[in-house]
Amino acid sequence: MATATEQIVSFDDAIARYDPVLGFEVHVELNTKTKMFSSAPNVFGDEPNTNVTPVCLGLPGVLPVVNKQAVEYSIKIGLALGCKIAESCTFARKQYFYPDTPKNFQTSQYDDPICFDGAIDIELEDGTVFTVEIERAHMEEDAGKLTHMGGATGRIQGAEYSLVDYNRSGIPLVEIVTKPIEGAGARAPELAKAYVAAIREIVKNLDVSDARMERGNVRCDANVSLRPYGQEKFGTRSETKNVNSLRSVEHAVRFEIQRQAALLDEGGSVVQETRHWHEDTRSTTSGRPKSDADDYRYFPEPDLVPVVTTKEWIEELRSQLPEPPAERRKRLQEAWGYSGEEFRDVVNAGLMDSIEETIAAGASPAVARKWWMGEVSRRAKVAEVDPSELGVTPATIIELNELIQSGKINDKLARQALDGVLAGEGTPTEVVEQRGLAVVSDDTALLQAIDGALAAQPDVADKIRGGKVQAVGAIVGGVMKATRGQADAGRVRELILERLGVHG
Amino acid sequence: MSELINNSAAELSGKLAAGEVTAVELTQAHLDRIAAVDGSINAFLHVNTDEALAVAAEVDAARSKGEELHPLAGVPIAVKDLIVTKGQPTTAGSRMLDGWLSPYDATVVRKIRAAKMPMLGKTNLDEFAMGSSTEHSAFGPTRNPWNLDRIPGGSGGGSAAAVAAFEAPLALGTDTGGSIRQPGAMTGTVGVKPTYGGVSRYGAIAMASSLDQIGPVTRTVLDSALLHELIGGHDPADSTSLTDPVGPLVEAAKMGNVSGLRIGVIKELNGEGYQDGVREKFQESLELLRGAGAEIVEVSCPNFDHALGAYYLIMPSEASSNLAKYDGVRFGNRVLPEGQTTIERVMGATREAGFGDEVKRRIILGTYALSAGYYDAYYGSAQKVRTLIQRDFDAAFSKVDVLISPTAPTTAFKLGEKLEDPLAMYLNDVATIPANLAGVPGLSLPGGLAEEDGLPVGIQLLAPVREDARLYRVGAVLETMLEEKWGGPLLAQAPELAEGRLQTEGAK
Repeated sequence: MATATEQIVSFDDAIARYDPVLGFEVHVELNTKTKMFSSAPNVFGDEPNTNVTPVCLGLPGVLPVVNKQAVEYSIKIGLALGCKIAESCTFARKQYFYPDTPKNFQTSQYDDPICFDGAIDIELEDGTVFTVEIERAHMEEDAGKLTHMGGATGRIQGAEYSLVDYNRSGIPLVEIVTKPIEGAGARAPELAKAYVAAIREIVKNLDVSDARMERGNVRCDANVSLRPYGQEKFGTRSETKNVNSLRSVEHAVRFEIQRQAALLDEGGSVVQETRHWHEDTRSTTSGRPKSDADDYRYFPEPDLVPVVTTKEWIEELRSQLPEPPAERRKRLQEAWGYSGEEFRDVVNAGLMDSIEETIAAGASPAVARKWWMGEVSRRAKVAEVDPSELGVTPATIIELNELIQSGKINDKLARQALDGVLAGEGTPTEVVEQRGLAVVSDDTALLQAIDGALAAQPDVADKIRGGKVQAVGAIVGGVMKATRGQADAGRVRELILERLGVHG
Repeated sequence: MSELINNSAAELSGKLAAGEVTAVELTQAHLDRIAAVDGSINAFLHVNTDEALAVAAEVDAARSKGEELHPLAGVPIAVKDLIVTKGQPTTAGSRMLDGWLSPYDATVVRKIRAAKMPMLGKTNLDEFAMGSSTEHSAFGPTRNPWNLDRIPGGSGGGSAAAVAAFEAPLALGTDTGGSIRQPGAMTGTVGVKPTYGGVSRYGAIAMASSLDQIGPVTRTVLDSALLHELIGGHDPADSTSLTDPVGPLVEAAKMGNVSGLRIGVIKELNGEGYQDGVREKFQESLELLRGAGAEIVEVSCPNFDHALGAYYLIMPSEASSNLAKYDGVRFGNRVLPEGQTTIERVMGATREAGFGDEVKRRIILGTYALSAGYYDAYYGSAQKVRTLIQRDFDAAFSKVDVLISPTAPTTAFKLGEKLEDPLAMYLNDVATIPANLAGVPGLSLPGGLAEEDGLPVGIQLLAPVREDARLYRVGAVLETMLEEKWGGPLLAQAPELAEGRLQTEGAK
């Protein structure tokens, strides 16, 4: 589909002239056992139209029943976002005709969401913290999935026919809506990405969603508007729909700021509309204008009674909440004594859990970090997997470290032992035995090798005798080579100096 | 006419238990009656011969083995075609669903199957239960067994006529604004709208969810109590279903006294607009109740004057939403437009061809009432009136135990008489609608024949929410006194139906 190329200005120019205001609507698919209003299983990836009941197909005569687990998950999300929880709330029907919506209305919440008035702190990579206020988090149901066939683009335009899979129809959703986010300035794209990442992390940590953006478990609609600095009134906003990766969220916000600035620069005005994000061109195109035609004719869902929450129930759910991710990070960084940069690297490598477990199993924070961030990460990079998915366990690290501490192997041999473990040869101890890895601790054997090395490099030997103790490294290297690395380098150094009558 | 089919369900239950008749004989007798007279009545849209006989045979086999059976086991029943049934078509009286088979049973149907009641078939109705005469059925009108040129009431004209014509001893109906009670009044039968939430709505095709209720259609008050006890009770599949157990309704129907009860005559549901014969029969019932020791007092429910207006905003609003699913995409009939077949055009063509005029009228009305900018004035105001009506009931029931009124302002009108005048048709529900708006239970029983046209008049009893038992207590006493006066059931006075093809006055 050909679309007109949008004019844009450079991001720096845009931000120099205009103050961006953001807003997000993030849809989170809950990982409940069954759907929002029916007993159909909530499972991803099954044969189309197999996880359906008369209720989620909207057959004549059916009635919805609210899924208690979905309500509990929604309350947990609300609590994690610092929201108030409604004592009583209702559902409403949002009405529009579309074939992915079996009843031709979506059962949602309208004027009394279950969670409201919250706030979360979003930390950017350099440690700057923005507080994002949450307007509401409400319960609703997902629509079915349409697949448009026969066209070139996979879009409905040009398609010959469309297929619909109602497995997704009725899956519980929580829609989290922010209040307008002001003051982000040039950090707006970064904040957008960090906000969605934080929501994803929170729902994953709560274990209320699989939180996989590539599967659509977390979907973001990004609202962007610009206004001249100093102006209180918001500009006209655009809503970019279904931006479904963290990188895209950042890019979409950036693009919208550039596009809207270009329009305003020319004295034009921004159209209030929904826009589509295109990953390939990293740009948005116009969807449909928001207008009076968007009349969803909301009215209270007469088939459902209000959801009533008690204080006891909410406190029970609050007591089940895991430690918030941001607090946990702060606590662990302090406990481990890592620098800010060291800790961020650990987090970015996805190794916080592995390191925590390794320390819990008895390793020092320094040892745990050395192994996970060093040898394990290096091998993961080669294997193109996440370090945590390589198959290395905390026990492996502990055992390797103990073998080194006891002097049985040195660092170099430990790396070989790790290779053996990853090759499926057993535990580090088993690998060491099977491969015959052992530090040569027999001084006689070492002295032979030392004599050989000294004979091979007489000039170096003279330098050492002359007081240049730092030259001993070259002789140590020769000994290690001769013993195929199986010597304790520290002991070798001692013996060399002893042999030459030098005190190091 | 076989004498067997003249019996009430309670009597048939006794005969089955005593072995005087088999369930197969009984079911066959009703199937024969349907074959004989339904050509002129058109109460049934589908006759379920094979399955009904198979269930009857099961009952007979179980009984011969001495197995414990539900008292209504083997007693046949007809089901309004708004209630979904596996193995039988469900049309809702609409072309939209012509040929559609439900993959699941309504909760009430599951209960009927569990009790081993043979289902005789599905009965005719106004399309999606929208109407007061059964003339809005896509499959032709049902005729009143008292006079084939008259309507049997609506929307449940099929169930009421089937019971009145002795085609079935029992039937299920649904009542959104009077669709059980008003046909009861028109056909000289008994109909009950239980307390909202008293009977599961799961599997009743929704017209207006906050008003719809399934209930019994029978020839006696006791029979309604028997059926009500079977179908009532909490259903986890219906969130609006009450958690209370069904009260002792049969016991209430057998109490046999009303002495000391205070019965309130609703001032606003009497007098102007009510046919003379209806008022006369209503007065007669009041005198009988007074004679039996009840205290008759007048109460005022001033907001009932606005009930019809509120109903005709709330009902179409909900209906416009509930009927959105009929778009030809997933089930039912699909109509392809000429030319381009976009989804919108297919939905449009399907709904254009699939829905009748009355359904379209209500969808348009409801869509308008819920539109941005009109919601507060229409739907919002109607909900306020609804609250006022509930308060009127609360105030009235603080003074009296039950309320009483005529069920409908007139006796059965002629086929076609009000078809071109929707407002006149709507007015026939003026007395039944308040109960739906407030969720209170109501019962209609025959009060005699109007002198001017010889057609049945209905007497309506209303009780507070959850107090359905009071309806059965008062209804059964009044029924006994009236039948003593008439020397037998009112339906004994109904004209003998000619067997075979339809014969109307005009055709004679």
